[in-house]
Amino acid sequence: MAEPIIMPKLGFDMAEGTLVNWTVQTGQAIKKGDVIAEIETDKATIEIETTVEGTVLQLLAEPGDVVAVGAPIGYVGAEGEAPPEGAAPAKAAPAAAAEDAEEPAPAAPVQAAEVAPVEAAETGGDGVLKISPIARRLADERGIDPRHVQGTGPGGRITKKDIEGFVVAKAKAPAAPVAPKTAPAVPATPPIPPEAPRPTMPTFTEIPSGPDVEVIPLSRIRARIGQRLVESKQFVPHFYVTSEIDMAAALGLRQQINASIADEAGRITVNDFIVKATALALRRFPNLNSHYYGDKLVRHARINIGIAVSLDSGLVNVTSYDADKVSLGTMAYNHRDMITRAREGKVKPHEIEGSTFTVSNLGLFDVDHFIAIINPPEAGILAIGSAKKVPVVLEDGTLGVGTRMKVTISVDHRVSDGVEAASFLQVFKELLENPMRLLI
Amino acid sequence: MADRPITYREALSSALREEMQRDERVFIMGEEVGVWGGTYAVTRGFLDEFGARRVRDTPISEMVIAGAAVGAAMAGLRPIAEIMTINFAFLALDAIINHAAKVRYMFNGQFTVPLVIRTTTGGGKQLGATHSHAPEVIFAHFPGLYVAVPGTAYDAKGMLKASIRDDNPVLFVEHSTMLQRRSPVPDDPDFLLPIGKSDIKRKGSDVTIVTYQKGLEHSLVAAEELAKEGIEAEIVDLRWLRPLDLEPVFESFKKTNRCVVVEESLPMFNVGAEVAAQIHDVCFDWMDAPVKRVAAMDIPLPYSHEIELMALPSPEKIIRAVKEVV
Repeated sequence: MAEPIIMPKLGFDMAEGTLVNWTVQTGQAIKKGDVIAEIETDKATIEIETTVEGTVLQLLAEPGDVVAVGAPIGYVGAEGEAPPEGAAPAKAAPAAAAEDAEEPAPAAPVQAAEVAPVEAAETGGDGVLKISPIARRLADERGIDPRHVQGTGPGGRITKKDIEGFVVAKAKAPAAPVAPKTAPAVPATPPIPPEAPRPTMPTFTEIPSGPDVEVIPLSRIRARIGQRLVESKQFVPHFYVTSEIDMAAALGLRQQINASIADEAGRITVNDFIVKATALALRRFPNLNSHYYGDKLVRHARINIGIAVSLDSGLVNVTSYDADKVSLGTMAYNHRDMITRAREGKVKPHEIEGSTFTVSNLGLFDVDHFIAIINPPEAGILAIGSAKKVPVVLEDGTLGVGTRMKVTISVDHRVSDGVEAASFLQVFKELLENPMRLLI
Repeated sequence: MADRPITYREALSSALREEMQRDERVFIMGEEVGVWGGTYAVTRGFLDEFGARRVRDTPISEMVIAGAAVGAAMAGLRPIAEIMTINFAFLALDAIINHAAKVRYMFNGQFTVPLVIRTTTGGGKQLGATHSHAPEVIFAHFPGLYVAVPGTAYDAKGMLKASIRDDNPVLFVEHSTMLQRRSPVPDDPDFLLPIGKSDIKRKGSDVTIVTYQKGLEHSLVAAEELAKEGIEAEIVDLRWLRPLDLEPVFESFKKTNRCVVVEESLPMFNVGAEVAAQIHDVCFDWMDAPVKRVAAMDIPLPYSHEIELMALPSPEKIIRAVKEVV
């Protein structure tokens, strides 16, 4: 009896995946756990293992095909067995799309070339975005692209509640500061009504063409990054606090440790120190380790640090779980392994979700400092510049040479305020300037 | 004057009595209305009080009852004809539809037809398929005939008195299982309710239930259950299928964005179909879910009591339908 190979769900909000390539061939015997294909999701390229055993009878999806989660992409059965009659190509499989309808795709904007299969997937198979008339009208009025909204109605229909929830979650205005009566000169900021129309994303009707330009379709991961970060910049009120850290001790300690480690894979990077220090500082500031959901904050007991990793195709965050508890040595090994695999497109789904706070480090690229965009619903992100030799005023008042690194925290002002951010940076700085504390 | 809780039956009786006392031209005719006092005892004592000239027992012929009543109305009397169950009114369709509803139009309004045909509707009493359907919607199909479907004693009295005083023909449909239901009713002999006005029977914000008569009773029960789960239903009692007043429905729908129509009619071509179509037309931009219908099952009502009840709407079915839309 032939069994389908199903497009797996590799993330909680994954609705479809692109088959990058098969690593098996028709006729090949496979057993559970064998890697059979590489799938590109919105977040990363991931190797998938088979959950069915037998002989590969048919490979329905071809490299480049976008397939809905749950749709068959191939069949496995007994050797010599024929694949099921009329096994439709995966990209057009309506049965799978129906299954998928339970979990509608928020779905990144789709390129024209991909339209046919993708649309079927993100719309539950009938070619229509499932949205109630009032939800569509509210989305229009508020400048929300309904394709970004998760539908919770029957069959995944986007309902009024979903649009309203979307606005509340992403755009809830902070309470207006009230001017004290004794100081009437200070104007009170009027509260922003939650139903105020939002600026819409610009649409690009005409794009340049011809021999002088090359038109490159945006990769799915690029489109997804764009969509998420536009949302973040639009809806999250960022503020930024920068601090300068004396890295001499940390760099010295790192050198000392690494000198004693023969295995290169175990060597500790500056970034490992930074992740560790971030996690230990977050222990003292649990508010910054919480996530923002409209009228609620979800405070996380675990401190999982997302590490931004650049890829050829874009960016992915790998997650350093329990970074406050895992030892620096284990952490160094894990980080190197995950980051390497992320760059090879072989990261596992759980390694790219679950972060509670993110660190983005451009230290290797000789930058003074930079500011990063928050990854919602996280409350903040830490941007790390390069540790540089700079002239400094020494304690005795004379000029000398020091090693300084500038870090900037971006914080969601709905969650926290300047004093907390500054206090966090103080603790972070103390940890890095007394790096032995990262080892205990 | 204080409102007194009386039964639906007493409301009907007192409305008839008051209007007969008020207007000499008002008289009652039908099967068993006199000596027997009415199949549902609504006219008990009327024969003694008003005499055989004004309380007339008729042969067992619905066509005769309705036809004679139309003629009497055209001639200037104000007859109240009783047809034992609306399922028997099919025998009198020609008199009710072709004559009562149309004759004023066809003769350029040379006369009016101030006629009330009282009848009962509804299943659940194990009377079999020919006695138990609730086909009042058929009569509401035709222009020229008002169709009253009161769901409380209060409405029954105010609507019946208004029907008797109105110069247009009215099919006044009473629900045979609701005669014992009590509600406070004014003692005022001029207590009238406007013709063609629906009524909000319960305030709510999450879903609009449009219903009447037995559906109203079930919906009120369902709404209390739903409220325990935080779902607040607004209940619009249509009270009249014609003139059909959907303004409060539209107003409510624009607030709740969802609607369930509850009725005892058969499911095809019923009140829910009309309400859904009009909501779709008027409130399209406010829709958050399809309009759902709760009606009887699409079968001749069974004789077995258990199966009959399964075929009819119930609070459980309403709760299920509401949960499909909220």
